[in-house]
Amino acid sequence: MPSRSAPSGRCKPVDAGRHAEAVARGLYGRLLAFVAARTGDVARAEDALSEAFAAALTDWPVSGVPENPAAWLLTVARRKVIDTVRRERTRGYASTHLQLLTEELAGDTPRDVPDDRLALMFVCAHPAIDPTVRAPLMLQTVLGLDAAAIASAFLSAPAAMGQRLVRAKARIKLAGIPFRLPERADLPERFDAVLEAIYAAFGAGWSEACSSESRRRGLTQEAIWLGRVVVSLLPEEPEALGLMALMLYAESRRAARRTAGGGYVPLDEQDVALWDADMIQQAETLLMHASAKGVVGRFQLEAAVQSAHAARRRTGQTDWCAIVRLYDTLLSLTGSPVVAINQAVARAAVGRTTEGLALLDRLAADPRIVTYQPYWAARAGLLARIGSTLDAATAYRRAIGLEADPAVRRFLQKRLIALEASRVRIIMTDERSGAGYVEAGHDGKALPER
Amino acid sequence: MQYLLLIYSDESAMASATEADRGQMMAAYGAYTEAMVQAGILKGGDRLRPASTATTIRTVDGKTAVLDGPYAETKEQLGGYYIIDAPDLDAALSWAERCPGAAVGAIEVRPIWAM
Repeated sequence: MPSRSAPSGRCKPVDAGRHAEAVARGLYGRLLAFVAARTGDVARAEDALSEAFAAALTDWPVSGVPENPAAWLLTVARRKVIDTVRRERTRGYASTHLQLLTEELAGDTPRDVPDDRLALMFVCAHPAIDPTVRAPLMLQTVLGLDAAAIASAFLSAPAAMGQRLVRAKARIKLAGIPFRLPERADLPERFDAVLEAIYAAFGAGWSEACSSESRRRGLTQEAIWLGRVVVSLLPEEPEALGLMALMLYAESRRAARRTAGGGYVPLDEQDVALWDADMIQQAETLLMHASAKGVVGRFQLEAAVQSAHAARRRTGQTDWCAIVRLYDTLLSLTGSPVVAINQAVARAAVGRTTEGLALLDRLAADPRIVTYQPYWAARAGLLARIGSTLDAATAYRRAIGLEADPAVRRFLQKRLIALEASRVRIIMTDERSGAGYVEAGHDGKALPER
Repeated sequence: MQYLLLIYSDESAMASATEADRGQMMAAYGAYTEAMVQAGILKGGDRLRPASTATTIRTVDGKTAVLDGPYAETKEQLGGYYIIDAPDLDAALSWAERCPGAAVGAIEVRPIWAM
């Protein structure tokens, strides 16, 4: 067993327990990736690690945190894996494949555990894995979140989520999904899937920014952490930098998104003094670093849109002209209806409301739009601008009926009341740019599945 | 690991193809099979007679029912298979992708349950 820190440096058991837990948590993904990559079996690695962590939480508060906690945990976990494989072998269960892998695992514990987390993320986002389970799988394996926490973040029942995760892990093992970086030809597409999954995790946490459920609020932090892992392993990848910038821009506005009473504040009415200046600065640096690579991508463009919004902090003005240009590029790149909705709102903000409405009309044929709240809120806002108050009111009602967040619902209801009041007074005031619009895509409102 | 590549395609489309198209397909399969042999991964494989020649049996309560036709009536039928030995799913998928049948139908990749 590796040596420990001197007993004189030992802290009180409670602190030591907490310290041990913090150390263990920081190491989780790395250790899991190491064991899973060598056995091809995520569930087995999880079992072995949970025993190792249980042993650590009993041992460390008493004996002190070992000098090399990763090596300590890995030694215990590997012993556990080797034991179970041996037991299966005597019963004739273990495949020769697994036995070979386990022999590799039985070698000396490396002092520096190789970092296989990126390979693990590629496994989680493999095309053979159901896209809707990729983000949950990543949160569980790389960050060690339990199924109940993940289920609550993705609005699903804990038992159902647990089952989907179990199935995905069985699939990894039985189908032989490899723990390595994909071939060069497949890399860009596979890497996009990894980034998508991280962004999905972020979106799940973002939608409940101010909810009392700290679990979901924590999810944006966890996603940012995953993003940092990717950036630290692939620091020159422009889209990874772009995603990281995008998440930081969004996160920087957390405090401004709700009033003290929990009311929803749309982006263009947020108090910029409440935006986190440090986080915006980090995002700007990342985005600049990304764009210096000269390879445009979806996440960089979305981050650039956020940067144009963030400009209001310095200049007092949102750079809507830049936003229109960015959405043009983004739309031609992705063809995404979510982007088209945002583009429609941006056009309206620069006085091209009829063009914006034409964009929205073109989306009406998409069956997913029927249940997509931001489409109806955007439509309502644009119709109100051109004075079609009756149609605008109908669209607001659709949006209100589709919204699950009570704060956003109240906000939309207030808009509707204001609209109806203005209709009675027959006074058409020029609404403020973008008003009434609930940011599509950045509010965790992913488009429903087909 | 061993994988079974199941080749599904629309038999009627193949039947109504021109002689030249069919010849081109056969040649492509020949080259594909040869490439797998050269790579040392091919464990077996065959082309199957059309699904119209299939007979399905099922024993229920000790009584065997013999049915004329394939197990499932679908738009695409199982037309052949390969068994390959590949290090992992990605390697198996890249072989499946090269199969000429992938361009006209679908290739199902199934890991073989090692006993």
